[in-house]
Amino acid sequence: MKDTQKEKLTKLMAEEFTAIELNLYLDTHPQDKRALELYNQTVDRLYALLEEYERQYGPLSNFGLSPSSYPWQWIEEPWPWEMNFCDREDNEQCGYTKKS
Amino acid sequence: MWIYEKKLEYPAKICTTNPKLAKVVITQYGGPDGELAASLRYLTQRYTMPTGRSKAVLNDIGTEELAHMEIVATLVYNLTKDASVRDIKAAGMDGYYADHDKALYFVNGDGVPWTAAYIQSKGDPIADMHENLAAEEKARATYEYLIQLSDDPGVTETLAWLRQREIVHYQRFGETLEHLYDYYGKDHYFFMGS
Ligand SMILES: [Fe+2]
Repeated sequence: MKDTQKEKLTKLMAEEFTAIELNLYLDTHPQDKRALELYNQTVDRLYALLEEYERQYGPLSNFGLSPSSYPWQWIEEPWPWEMNFCDREDNEQCGYTKKS
Repeated sequence: MWIYEKKLEYPAKICTTNPKLAKVVITQYGGPDGELAASLRYLTQRYTMPTGRSKAVLNDIGTEELAHMEIVATLVYNLTKDASVRDIKAAGMDGYYADHDKALYFVNGDGVPWTAAYIQSKGDPIADMHENLAAEEKARATYEYLIQLSDDPGVTETLAWLRQREIVHYQRFGETLEHLYDYYGKDHYFFMGS
């Protein structure tokens, strides 16, 4: 996985995390208009990022939520547990957030 | 229905090959206060919650816990995948290795397998919510002990993020408990009259 791809993926992960956090908050504060507005804005940004990422690198979800080009892309590696986001320069497996 | 997303909820960081650390971190995979127990507890309690709000909270936090289970598994997997048998022996992980090689299995730090007896689903929403508040605090405490035991900066950072999620879940469950008291029109006193 190339650095640019990982960078895009982390951006997307951050956006989805924002959505998760707002989602849980809204579950117990359903009438908070400001939070709802933030949630909906996050959804828009997340959708845009997902669309761009998946068009370039293939589907992030299966079971009909995202199309695949040929050949079936879902089986492509790495799987999530095979990505290490350690940024220590001397770790060969990592280097993903390495600033160059 | 659940849909899998081919990414972690948080960018897990592992900077060392470290079976000794893996041996204790695995308790958050299959131990009494770990993420398997958390996710299954909330997801099974949700069926008998009385309101849309309480069902949503258990559904959503239970689902997030599944993502945490995957993060803990990612830590253990990466801490051990390049370890030699010699490293495994030196770390005292040889008993685990004999049964599972480096595969992921649901045990605590001492190799005790996961059991459904770790969790409860009482059918009394207020009792269940109290259990969940305690579960979040126990998970938070476990992450703090693991942070003390960690000598891997990446793993420490990841554990600190997981710890924070327990604090947020505790907050949401506390609000849900208040909501349940309102729903049942109950006063709640935390002291006994004399
Ligand atoms: Fe939690």
